[in-house]
Amino acid sequence: MKLAGWGRYPVIEANISAPRSVDDIIRQITKGTSIARGNGRSYGDSSVSSSNTLHMKHFNRMLAFNETSGQLVAEAGLLLADIIDVFLPEGWFPSVTPGTKFVTIGGMIAADVHGKNHHKDQSFGQYIDWIDIIKTEGKIERCSKTKNPELFHRTIGGMGLTGIIIRAAIRLKRVPSAWIKQRTLTAENIEQTIDLFEQSLDSTYSVAWIDCLQKGKKLGRSLIMLGEHAQLEDLPDTLAKSPYASPVKQNITIPFFLPACLLNGLTVKTFNKFYYWNSKRKDQYQLVDWDRYFYPLDAILGWNKIYGRRGFVQFQCVIPLDKAKDGLSELLQTISVANVGSFLSVLKRFGEQESLFSFPMKGYTLALDFPVNPKTLNLMQQLDLITLKHAGRFYLAKDSRMSRDTFLSSDPRAKTYKSFRVDGGLNYSFSSAQSERLGL
Amino acid sequence: MKKAPVLILGATSDIGLAIAHRFAKEGYPIQLASRDVKRLESDRADLEIRYSTKVSLHEFDAIKTDSHQRFVKKLPIMPGIVVCAVGYMGNQFESERDIKSASLVMRSNFEGPVSILAEFANHFEQRRSGTIIGISSVAGERGRASNYVYGSSKAGFTAFLSGLRNRLADKGVHVMTVLPGFILTKMTFDLGLTPFLTANPNALAEYVYKSYLKKKDIIYFYKRWRLIMALLCHIPERYFKKMKI
Repeated sequence: MKLAGWGRYPVIEANISAPRSVDDIIRQITKGTSIARGNGRSYGDSSVSSSNTLHMKHFNRMLAFNETSGQLVAEAGLLLADIIDVFLPEGWFPSVTPGTKFVTIGGMIAADVHGKNHHKDQSFGQYIDWIDIIKTEGKIERCSKTKNPELFHRTIGGMGLTGIIIRAAIRLKRVPSAWIKQRTLTAENIEQTIDLFEQSLDSTYSVAWIDCLQKGKKLGRSLIMLGEHAQLEDLPDTLAKSPYASPVKQNITIPFFLPACLLNGLTVKTFNKFYYWNSKRKDQYQLVDWDRYFYPLDAILGWNKIYGRRGFVQFQCVIPLDKAKDGLSELLQTISVANVGSFLSVLKRFGEQESLFSFPMKGYTLALDFPVNPKTLNLMQQLDLITLKHAGRFYLAKDSRMSRDTFLSSDPRAKTYKSFRVDGGLNYSFSSAQSERLGL
Repeated sequence: MKKAPVLILGATSDIGLAIAHRFAKEGYPIQLASRDVKRLESDRADLEIRYSTKVSLHEFDAIKTDSHQRFVKKLPIMPGIVVCAVGYMGNQFESERDIKSASLVMRSNFEGPVSILAEFANHFEQRRSGTIIGISSVAGERGRASNYVYGSSKAGFTAFLSGLRNRLADKGVHVMTVLPGFILTKMTFDLGLTPFLTANPNALAEYVYKSYLKKKDIIYFYKRWRLIMALLCHIPERYFKKMKI
């Protein structure tokens, strides 16, 4: 069956199975090198294996919840959306969340996802107490910070290449309401954007939307959105009565692929202008519901189809703090010269994080979407080089096209990760199209 | 008012479990019954955490009809709704050659469900309330070369439900027959079904719940199956017998 990630590129002919029990999984992984697939929201080929893709959708149960500590034990295929559905009404929210709620626990662990609060709270891996994983020999192994710590730390951010994650204990956090108090700041250029970020390190959440087609003095013009969980006293009386109630919303579904030519320099430029001015004239403070704040794109089901049949690619890198201004300026400069539309250009500040293989490090991360075509693929190679020049690295959950050389020179940790896999014989059992492409 | 529980017979089946989720979401306590209750431990935890409702597990073997009376007696609370999702497709080729295989299909789809539902029917009749939901199949509408053993056992079950409904109509007991077409379950995973006609168990469960509220008698899922089966049933036998379907 033909299979792809969320970006619908590349499409790979893959064998898929949907195991229902641990025994099923063990039977499957003896058939050939395998990779687990959650809800398929990684953009490229990291949850695809032509020889054996294990769809984890039947492992979606909640097994235990501790109402004092907020610890949830659940199976790896459980969706974040389900967790929020069940626990937000009780006052709990994920400690770290990516930009979509249609991801699974297993996927969040494998990619060690980050959110808008990384500068304060680090990545998802910080909130995992233990993981149950099936390794080569088909034995279930539990790992944690104290038990089998190397396996634990390499599984977090390990892109599913240390075994099949089947269960985990994660910690949720208490929130005072289902609402976010949002404050929007405007920055005229990238320098100002970074300065504002640095002044806002106390905010729980922060993210900037960049108009990446601006040039010259306006290069990197952006809106910076800061957010705090709204306290009861922040809410109007009507909402304060049931602070965890979520507004009922109608989702939009994109039923078919839109023609790719709809997205060009001109349409994106117009959209960006409108978006910038529209936000600028609004009040600085707004009360936003959790769903619209954290998952704006989830309201448009199948939004990946707006990029046309050929799909789209994402570029996401992180540049270390001391090189951020230079690096980001050069990246934005190159994009604006190429005049290629990216609807979504998002900038975030990462805090400290030392990990064995996870993506984040202290610095700035820029994420961009491009429709797949020769021009954008070429542009992204240029962006790769700029990132390398500034000692940055790349987010594997978003990658679908990087070259092996680029990857290996961006991340010295890849070498030790690979030897960990070889030493444990894991490379014979677990691989994805991505790990083969990147030589992991 | 506290809701009476929903009993799911055949709770390890995808359809049975999906229906359990749908009713649990409305706050019904759930009784899961299956041959292998150990496999249901994590489903019990899942249902209890998701919907803050009470879930109990009960050992039940559809084809051990001797045990059925005892099974009903041992239930801690008499359910308000009984869903029978017990079923076994078997393999048509084997069923044609080996009567033991065929017999297992017939007993699983007909004899077992009839035996256990008869018990509940009598209890419900006496107390003059309750709902029986039987998951049959469109395969029972007309026998086809490719799976007539399974189909005929489901035909028997459909007729049984119809008769039961007729008998209990004025006794306050509602009987609903569910006729799914293709549903994407472990029973059908390898059949390579056409997506236009194949629904997922959650969608079916949603429809069963809504139809329960409306006190429907016979429901097809998808609805388009009703049309397909109507056409299929009206092909004259003389032509039908030459078709290999």
